[in-house]
Amino acid sequence: MAKWIALVAIIALVIAVSFTGPDSGGADGDNHLTLWTFVEQHAEYYNEMAERWNQMYPDRPIVLQVETVPDLSNKLQLSLYTGVAAPDIADIEVNSFPNFLRGEPQLIPLNDIVEPVKEHFVESRFDIYSKDGTYYGAPFHVGATVMYYNKEILDQAQVNPDDIKTWDDFVEAGKQVKQDTGKPMITVDTSDFMLFQPLVIQQGSDFLDENGEVTLDGPVNLQTLQFMHDLIYKHEIAVPTPGGQHHAEEYYGFMNQGGAAAIQMPLWYMGRFTDFMPDLKGKMIVRPMPIMKEGDAKSVGMGGTGTVVTNQAKNPELAKDFLSFAKLSKEANIEIWKQLGFDPPRSEVWNEPAFQQENKYTEYFGNDLYDTLISIKDDIRSPHFGSLSPRIYTAVNSQLQFNVLRRNSQAPEEALNKAAEEMRSLNR
Amino acid sequence: MKNTLEPAPNKTVNPERWKIGNLLFSQKTAPYLFIAPFVLSFLLFFLYPITNSVIMSFQEILPGERTFIGLENYSRLLNDHFYRALYNTTIYTLLTLIILIPIPLVLAVILNSKLTFARNFFKSALFIPALTSTVIAGVIFRLMFGQQDSALMNSLLIQLGFSPLQWTNNAYTAMFLMVALASWKWIGINILYFLAALQSISKDLYEAAAIDGAGPWTQFRRITLPLLKPVTVFVVTISIIGGIRMFEESYIFWGASSPADIGLTLSVYLYQQGFDYFDLGFGAAIGLVILFITLVFNLIQWKFFGLFKKEED
Repeated sequence: MAKWIALVAIIALVIAVSFTGPDSGGADGDNHLTLWTFVEQHAEYYNEMAERWNQMYPDRPIVLQVETVPDLSNKLQLSLYTGVAAPDIADIEVNSFPNFLRGEPQLIPLNDIVEPVKEHFVESRFDIYSKDGTYYGAPFHVGATVMYYNKEILDQAQVNPDDIKTWDDFVEAGKQVKQDTGKPMITVDTSDFMLFQPLVIQQGSDFLDENGEVTLDGPVNLQTLQFMHDLIYKHEIAVPTPGGQHHAEEYYGFMNQGGAAAIQMPLWYMGRFTDFMPDLKGKMIVRPMPIMKEGDAKSVGMGGTGTVVTNQAKNPELAKDFLSFAKLSKEANIEIWKQLGFDPPRSEVWNEPAFQQENKYTEYFGNDLYDTLISIKDDIRSPHFGSLSPRIYTAVNSQLQFNVLRRNSQAPEEALNKAAEEMRSLNR
Repeated sequence: MKNTLEPAPNKTVNPERWKIGNLLFSQKTAPYLFIAPFVLSFLLFFLYPITNSVIMSFQEILPGERTFIGLENYSRLLNDHFYRALYNTTIYTLLTLIILIPIPLVLAVILNSKLTFARNFFKSALFIPALTSTVIAGVIFRLMFGQQDSALMNSLLIQLGFSPLQWTNNAYTAMFLMVALASWKWIGINILYFLAALQSISKDLYEAAAIDGAGPWTQFRRITLPLLKPVTVFVVTISIIGGIRMFEESYIFWGASSPADIGLTLSVYLYQQGFDYFDLGFGAAIGLVILFITLVFNLIQWKFFGLFKKEED
């Protein structure tokens, strides 16, 4: 008898489990929003914004469930392929974003919330998350590329950073620094593209053109790669970054001990200084990146996170409205700076007193930080993205720069041609 | 107690119910019931995915659309990255075989001898690495073999008068790192297999051999080695599978893309194409090629050990 009861119980349990999905939320399921992000700080930010939303719109409250998901891109991609288990809203890292635009994007167009406010933004930041004029992602920051100088080292070599306008000035200053202090002027990353690509884009070219065709072996790319090679081997004022890129433990240690006089990275890199290089507090300053020639862009927006609404969202209108509130509103953009230290994409707020307040970054880098920001505000370009982008970045990071700049085993032209050819053969 | 001898009254009350009971508890159907869990999980978790990946390997898969593209995924395999992955995987597998078969065998024989000092301590000391996760061990290895002069291995090299190395930036040291990590981790498991086999060899054989005048070396060669053959074949087989499917040892040092492909293995290539670029059809093709290569490697190995010959009397 007991056997039978057990058997029936098991079968009942199996049936019960298979019919109760996590989605059977009940009547108030409408205002539940799930959000996936891959950064803990983003999660805190969204929770804070959800609270503000509920205060502002008491008649339309939301219940936001934020999950910090490691390996988010893979998991989200799989749930969009299979059509189940995706969240309503998700953060996607910019370099894997093109994977989500292949085929028929499983995301909801955001044109109706983006278009009304676009003009107040650095507009190119929307283009990187778009396909054929349809916007799918909302940006977190501009990621304006700037030059960070170690003032202490420059002072020892009697170099005034404000005199460095062009890359030629930079090379001359570098020689001075090298001669007086024995230290390299700058580090060149060999497994990241945060020096190479901004330089190329600054001069009006890119790895891909606006149609997604490969321009990696174009003349500007070649000159730039040659220039980076010269920095190391001809002028001898640069070294390959210890650890390969500026997020390596090796680099933090090296730089914190005053290893090099400068580093070119986007503004969001400020957080790495305050967190990992505490000894440089008060010594670092932020200046615009040098230019090659008159007419070059003053800065290039690098990196980023696009926040999307998936086509599995149960209440897409609510999800879009919350996204618009949390990332596109004026208030949100000031909070993005205050809470996360990102240069907010709605550059209209950069001039505002509510924005220009003292915080841990002005404490670290000095109050002229805002002057630098304002001076580049209206001249910031962004990279072109296409379905080949993830592959191109891997090729540049792990093959091209490594062979040309670190191993010095391939000439710039040969390496660029080889990589470009391979990419073209993959462009289907 | 006498109740047990009486027929249970309710057995006759409801003959209908016992029809199903007979079916479930009869000698004919019970075996099927017992193997059902295995068959079901095999169908669901092995046969279905394998069949599906065979189909996927002939498709281009994009969100919302799947198209058959014939053999294109397979013809795309003819590229430098794949060759490099194949080369790295082959070298890695051979090196791990060279290290992870003879050394554990000899260590097991030593540990099995009653003369060995503190053998229980050494048994557990050699086995403990197998309990750590590859990822955690890899993180420690990465720190030990860091590029700074202050990293453990480089500071040792400097102490000894050599120049420091960029361990993770050079093809030879990269292979060394992966093989060293795998050897450190797997040696204990293989010792365990060999020890188990050694303990099942009868002591009488050694006694008889000793009486006949065989020395330790002859005993090892004529008794130990031949009797260890079945377990050796087993260890070689799983080592080959482990070598060809190796992923973590490379991923922990470089992620999915290593400088100049020095750490690229077949599994890492599959992961890179399938999940970094979401080229799922191509990834499926790589997976099937890995399956095929594993099969070929093992068939050669079995042939070498004479597994296809009939037992000789």
